[in-house]
Amino acid sequence: MGLENQLVGDNVLVTSMTKLVNWGRANSVWPCTFGLACCALEMIASTLANFDISRFGSEVFRPSPRQSDLIIIAGTLTKKMSVMVKRIYDQMADPKWVIAMGACASCGGVFKSYSVVQGVDQIIPVDVYIPGCPPRPEAVLAGLMKIQEKILTEKLGQRPDVLSGTLQ
Amino acid sequence: MELNAIVNAISEKCPGSILKQTENHGINEITVSAQCFYEVMQTLQGDGCGFDMLTDVVGIDRMPRAPRFDLLYVLLSMKDFSRLIVRLEAGEGQEVPSVSSIWHSANWGEREVFDLMGINFSNHPDLRRILTWENFDGHPLRKDFPLEGKDFDKPFDTKTVKDYC
Repeated sequence: MGLENQLVGDNVLVTSMTKLVNWGRANSVWPCTFGLACCALEMIASTLANFDISRFGSEVFRPSPRQSDLIIIAGTLTKKMSVMVKRIYDQMADPKWVIAMGACASCGGVFKSYSVVQGVDQIIPVDVYIPGCPPRPEAVLAGLMKIQEKILTEKLGQRPDVLSGTLQ
Repeated sequence: MELNAIVNAISEKCPGSILKQTENHGINEITVSAQCFYEVMQTLQGDGCGFDMLTDVVGIDRMPRAPRFDLLYVLLSMKDFSRLIVRLEAGEGQEVPSVSSIWHSANWGEREVFDLMGINFSNHPDLRRILTWENFDGHPLRKDFPLEGKDFDKPFDTKTVKDYC
């Protein structure tokens, strides 16, 4: 029924490079171990057995930004912290994706304040916004599936990192 | 320790330094004058009174009032677990002697009051901002600071934040 049946014959599969690479990327989106506030607890809950983010290939939370493909901005981003978040994002290797999780990360939330960044999209490009305060783990999984959908539609040579020449 | 005994011990060292003494919800409070504030705090920490722990330093902005700020030092004695609040009135721009040489916990407490209230402490070993960043403009918990802050809804760039680290 799966791939193994297809390979019984002469072991040849025909596909396009784009589909193969995107298939691999979409099913192994490794997130950065990174949380800012209460949203981080819901992000952690989404990795546990009840919700089980590993069904989508994202259970490997990496302790190093060099090894991660996805950063989930989970919580309130203060201006003092924003310098570190920008640095972590810059340290991540391309291709990389960003989820703004919760109201605070998306737009500042209830914190109309001198100390809070009014949305992380002011400092790093965001792919998916997850609403909620905090969003439930199901919402985190839905956001992850949106990222996967986006990855599957990408053209390899036309990613922003390729066009700008930052992809090595 | 009984309030009377504390007042007597302080009056011996620095007569006339206690301006007011009250009791609020079972916690004693004394208001001291700025001239002999440091000596009073030394006496309170000494063996006679034994307040060996400074739990908190609080700043209050009472803006229309003439000495603008109130400083509260919450003391705790680990011997009999009695508490004492020492209140000090401070005007704008007035330097208050740091008590971090008496209690080490005053170091960060006073940095917080300096950061958020803009009260200067003399003889503080390391008077830098602690919660906001180095080039932050203003003192957020002052009553004349705008509630949402200046330019909170303007586009933000991380390059504008200069911090100690």
